[in-house]
Amino acid sequence: MNQALLDKIESEQYRKQAVDFSVGDSVKVHTKVVEGDKERIQVFSGVVIGRRGRGLNSTFTVRRISYGEGVERIFPVNSPRVEKVEVERKGSVRRAKLTYLRKRLGKGATLVKEKETRQVKKGAAAPKAAPKAAPKAAAAPVATPAA
Amino acid sequence: MLGLLGIKLGQTRVYDDKGILRPVTVVLAGPNRVLQCKTQESDGYNAVQLGFDDQKEQRVTKPLLGHIKKHNGVAVKKIQEFRDFTLAVKPGDVIGATVFAKGDFVDAIGVTKGRGFEGVMKRHNFRGGDASHGSKGWRRRPGAIGQRLFPGTVMRGMRMPGHMGQVKRTVQSLEVIQVREAENLLLIFGAIPGAKGDYVVIRESKKHPKVAATSK
Repeated sequence: MNQALLDKIESEQYRKQAVDFSVGDSVKVHTKVVEGDKERIQVFSGVVIGRRGRGLNSTFTVRRISYGEGVERIFPVNSPRVEKVEVERKGSVRRAKLTYLRKRLGKGATLVKEKETRQVKKGAAAPKAAPKAAPKAAAAPVATPAA
Repeated sequence: MLGLLGIKLGQTRVYDDKGILRPVTVVLAGPNRVLQCKTQESDGYNAVQLGFDDQKEQRVTKPLLGHIKKHNGVAVKKIQEFRDFTLAVKPGDVIGATVFAKGDFVDAIGVTKGRGFEGVMKRHNFRGGDASHGSKGWRRRPGAIGQRLFPGTVMRGMRMPGHMGQVKRTVQSLEVIQVREAENLLLIFGAIPGAKGDYVVIRESKKHPKVAATSK
């Protein structure tokens, strides 16, 4: 009975609408930030490189390249401060944790489709090139093996 | 001085209003039954006796049952007296978690988990010996316990191995994060002495008493 009460307390804190994304997705995380007495929404966009924990303790890590520097942020999945998680692009990956992205430079660091990254590595010298263009190439997972 | 008897149910985490995740101990704090109200005139001091954890009448000793019946109470497992109770109650009343409000500070009194006979490293946080550099048979020992012919004796209070735990301990000034009236639960910030299922006393904080503690 006691555990049931604890479970009930925990379950009340879950997000009303479950966030739907998986590792490898490019997401925009909308977080509430309190500055003084004002509240505003801050957006952190990047690639989900891992999820961990279960229940209330579950978190996910988002990695992005900001001014040429890799930045990772860990968000609790059920935090009320995480307003919403927008999926920009579905990724197709073979691992649960994309720690290998940390070693990558340039465009390869923001791409998740494994086969695609090899092609893009030619352009890896330009680090701050718009990552938006690259996702479109990776968006067609079926077409790539044929090519 | 407000107080309640309760049972520690376990720990979890909750988000507060600001969206900060805070660790809490969940305490079942009711129903507390008011048994006897002692007064200055009749008893020489003011106090309120609270009973907690309802019980079959046949499980209570007859003298205790007599005392309970005298104050038209219900058979309970645990009885505790609180001096100078700030809440106006009379025998037969039932009080619960709502005695406290969110944001109040409380002291939690419980009996810590028993550890048995423990060495100095666990009991007193000694550092023990070296793990390497040729050390042998001297990893968890206390070291020297005295000096030479003078003083020729071991100082009083020298910390040594011995029985650890199962002693009454108070944790002061813990914030009440949530009060759940329906289930009579108190969610108290941080840890509270004792195992799950142990009795705890939740008392108004001595260092941060309720400012306007009276009407309820």
